[in-house]
Amino acid sequence: MTSILEIKDLVKRYDGGFEALKGVSLDIQSGEILALLGPNGAGKTTLISTVCGITTATSGSVTVDGHDINADFRAARTLIGLVPQEVNLEPFETVINTVTFSRGLFGKRRNPDYVEKILRQLSLWDKKDNRIMTLSGGMKRRVLIAKALSHEPRVLFLDEPTAGVDVELRKDMWDIVADLKASGVTIILTTHYIEEAEAIADRVGVINQGELLLIEEKTALMKRLGQKQLKVELQEPVADVPASLAAYDLALSDDGQTLVYSYDTKADRTGITSLLSDIAAAGLTLRDLQTEQSSLEDIFVGLVHKEDAA
Amino acid sequence: MNWTAIRAIYVFEMARFFRTLAQSFISPVISTSLYFVVFGAAIGSRIQEVEGVSYGAFIVPGLIMLSIITQSISNASFGIYFPKFIGTVYELLSAPISFLEIVVGYVGAAATKSMFIGVVILATASLFVDLQIQNWPAMIAFMVLTCLSFALFGFIIGIWASNFEQLQLVPLLIVTPLVFLGGSFYSISMLPDFWQVVTLFNPVVYLISGFRWAFFGLADVPILVSLLAIAGFTTLCLIAIWWIFKTGWKIRN
Repeated sequence: MTSILEIKDLVKRYDGGFEALKGVSLDIQSGEILALLGPNGAGKTTLISTVCGITTATSGSVTVDGHDINADFRAARTLIGLVPQEVNLEPFETVINTVTFSRGLFGKRRNPDYVEKILRQLSLWDKKDNRIMTLSGGMKRRVLIAKALSHEPRVLFLDEPTAGVDVELRKDMWDIVADLKASGVTIILTTHYIEEAEAIADRVGVINQGELLLIEEKTALMKRLGQKQLKVELQEPVADVPASLAAYDLALSDDGQTLVYSYDTKADRTGITSLLSDIAAAGLTLRDLQTEQSSLEDIFVGLVHKEDAA
Repeated sequence: MNWTAIRAIYVFEMARFFRTLAQSFISPVISTSLYFVVFGAAIGSRIQEVEGVSYGAFIVPGLIMLSIITQSISNASFGIYFPKFIGTVYELLSAPISFLEIVVGYVGAAATKSMFIGVVILATASLFVDLQIQNWPAMIAFMVLTCLSFALFGFIIGIWASNFEQLQLVPLLIVTPLVFLGGSFYSISMLPDFWQVVTLFNPVVYLISGFRWAFFGLADVPILVSLLAIAGFTTLCLIAIWWIFKTGWKIRN
């Protein structure tokens, strides 16, 4: 696979001195779906805005398919489609006019067949002559996507496409993204939702306070996120983990009161049933059971703490 | 130049104009008619001919200037302010187009609209008074240049404005007084000596004078000075726009 988007040491410092991006480097492969996860104010939108030309970088470089976004902005921007987070649309325009306008704005010749195809794909064809202000919120989001796709981009940025969207529409959105990937479009999306990254991304990047904390294959990250812990509180404290339970790789709390078992929720067998019967067989009495899952927040906290310590 | 993009902006902006075609045409027709009723019939009948031209005909060039100047400014400033206000400006900034192309698209559309209005007023006026235009090419040239330069000026206001009040501020406080005091309804020679000098600091005087010269062959200031004035104003606007383009002032963070 080849990189279609290369971001090197990107820094964005606002006039007030606030650093929204602190030297982000990122390579995006052609045809992949990358999900950028991060809390509000992490710098996700600033990153997208800088790549798309809405804000200018303080330093660093970005190339799209080899074209620098400043020196060769026409070639670079032609390849990029942007679906912004805010639903920014001309309220009095019709769907078809606003989508046709976007295509022209990006320098592409009129092509009613292609525009029709996009509108049908997004279930907007019936509404093509409707004014935008008469559409529902979900439909407006589709119009934003149609505008971004109207000029046949090879890289599509989706800035929180499912923020404030109902479950059904979210599923629709995921299907749309899957279709786009199938047609060869590279997709970068930002989201708060771990399930969203899980459902559609190939790779996941975690961004916080203007820094890219990690970027890895979704499967590897999910494995870390899929870990759960079972805490078994005993009636009487023990000095050591009984030998008969060695296979479970248990951890014992300092007071000897709690056994901690880590397991993978995605595995065929979690081993909980046999663990509990083996604990009983070892002659231990249970007082309480508790399960905990490492969440995205835990990973954030872990990563942020690691940084503070460094 | 990305002509496809310029065309897209131009067509999109003109569509807004044609959607409200009736309003766009009716309001200048009514206001022109009112000016003729008040100044032409009621007051004009008491005024002697001005340098051989009936007063009704004399005010026509000024009336057209008054409308195309205010229309050019409001069309262009609104045209670029509206995307800023509703947020669709993101698309202009992320498109593979230069600022120059954005300006050509928006200013071109705004100037075209005010040209339409100018022609409508001219047609309406010719229903009320007997009009003879001595120099058609000069008349058209003055009209086109005025529409273009004030649309450029309006574009700058639209970029500068952070709210609707500011959008109205410059046209209301500066432009309208300058146009009214720029000899739209009188000849400079009718003023006392002192005010004749003062009025020469009003740039609109040169525009109206030049435009009136194209109609009747009479001018308050030499035609060459009029041409220089409008060329100078256009240049100033172009420099300001070039600077905005260079710095991304008020548009790009």
